[in-house]
Amino acid sequence: MAEKKNSNGEVKLLGAWPSPFVIRARIALNIKSVEYDFIEETFGKRSQLLLKSNPVNKQIPVLIHGHKCIAESMIIVQYIHEAWSSSGPPILPSLPYDRAIARFWLTYIDDKWFPPLKSIVLGLDTEPIEEKLEKVREGLVLLEDAFNKISKGKDFFGGDQIGYLDIGFGSFLAWLKTVEVTEGVSLVHETTTPALAKWLQKFCAHDAVKDVLPPIDKLIAFSKMLRANVDLVINPK
Amino acid sequence: MEGDSVKLLGFWGSPAVLRVKWALAVKGIECQYVEEDLSNKSDMLLKYNPVYKKVPVLVHQGKPLAESLLILEYIDETWKQNPLLPHSPYERAQARFWSKFVDDKCMPTVVAAFSKVGEEQQKAAEEARENLKRLEVGLEGKQFFGGDNIGFADIAIGWLPYWIEIAEEVVAINLIDAESMPKLNSWFHAFIDIPIIKELLPPRHKLLHHTKTFLQA
Repeated sequence: MAEKKNSNGEVKLLGAWPSPFVIRARIALNIKSVEYDFIEETFGKRSQLLLKSNPVNKQIPVLIHGHKCIAESMIIVQYIHEAWSSSGPPILPSLPYDRAIARFWLTYIDDKWFPPLKSIVLGLDTEPIEEKLEKVREGLVLLEDAFNKISKGKDFFGGDQIGYLDIGFGSFLAWLKTVEVTEGVSLVHETTTPALAKWLQKFCAHDAVKDVLPPIDKLIAFSKMLRANVDLVINPK
Repeated sequence: MEGDSVKLLGFWGSPAVLRVKWALAVKGIECQYVEEDLSNKSDMLLKYNPVYKKVPVLVHQGKPLAESLLILEYIDETWKQNPLLPHSPYERAQARFWSKFVDDKCMPTVVAAFSKVGEEQQKAAEEARENLKRLEVGLEGKQFFGGDNIGFADIAIGWLPYWIEIAEEVVAINLIDAESMPKLNSWFHAFIDIPIIKELLPPRHKLLHHTKTFLQA
C-alpha cells in the first residue's frame, strides 16, 4: 500500500497508488532519496488541492515543491533530475543524443504502445482484443530491440543505473502483468522478449521501485472496479 | 566526412518542421535542408525514421533524430548559445508543460474544430477556445513564454495561431478572439514580428491553398 514518507512538508506528491504515471514520480523521488508526503486522491473525484495545483489539466501526478507545482509525469521526472542534481545518481543520460533516444522511446511508449494496453484494461470495445494484444506485442518487439541497442549489454536502459526510460516504461509493468493474468496471455516472456524479461526482473527488484509497484492481486481487483466505472475514468468529476 | 554536419528532412507545410527550423535559426546553426515529398517518401526518410516515417528528422554527425519537441531539446543541449530553455528547473518544467499541452490537448481540439461539422464542430470549437484561453496562464506577467525573449515554448507553440488564422479563412469559425484572449493575441503578433521567425514562416497564400485542399478533402 502507499507509504507515507514524512518530510517537513516541503515536498508533496498528489497521486494514486494504481497510476503508472504517479509511480514514475515516486521512483524518481526514491532514486534521489527525497522525502515527500504522498497525498492519495480518491478515484473519480478531484480534490480542491488537485484543482488548485493543476488547474490546467486537473490530473495526477502533481509534484508540489515548496510553492511550485509541477504536472505531467515525465516532466516531473526531469524536474526531479534537475532540482536534486547533487543527490543520488542522475536520471537522464549524460549525452544529448542518448537523452534524445530515451525521450523518443518514451514518447512511443506513451503515444503508441500504452493506448491499446489501456483499452484492454478498461474493457473498451473499440476493436477485438486480439488486435489490441497484437499491437502491444509488436511494440514489445520494437522495445526489445531498442533495449538491446540502448543498454549496451548492461542491466537497464540507463546502463548500470535505472534511468528515464526504465522509469517511463517500467511504470507500466504491474498493469502489463495484470493484463497477462486477466486475459490469460503472455506478453513479456523469456522466449519472445528475452532481454525485456531479464530487465523486468531486475527493474521490479530495484530498491527505488519495489515498494511502489502495486501488488498484482490488488491491481486485478482495481481493474474490475475500473471496468464498472469507465465513465468516471474518461470524464472524472 | 560527417564532421559537425546538420541535415533536416522536412516538409514546407509542417508546423513540426517549422519548430526545428526556428530553433536552428535562433542558435545560428546552418543546416542542409531536404524537402520531402510526403506522397512519395524518400528511402532516406524511411531509413532514418522507420517507426513513424514522418518529418522532421534531424541528422547530426550522421545520427538521426525524430519528433520535434525532443529535437528542440537536443538542439538546446548540443549548442549552448542563445539558450531555448530557461535556467531554473521549475521554469524549464513550465516551458515543457506548455509545449506538451499544445500538442496533447490544444491541437486535437483545434483540428476537430476545423474538420467536424454541425453540433460536433460547435462543441469542438468551444473546447478549442477553452484550451487556447488556458495558454494565457503561461504568459502571466510576461511578453513571451520565455520571458523578455522568446524561448522553447514560444518556438513550440508560435506556429499555432498562424495556422489557425489561415484555417479560419477556409472554415468560418473563430478560435482566437482578441477580446477574450488579449494576452495570447498580443503574444502571437509580437512573436511573428521577430525577423528570424517571420522569414521562416511558410508563405500565407501557399499555406492557405494547402489548408483548403486538406480541409475540404
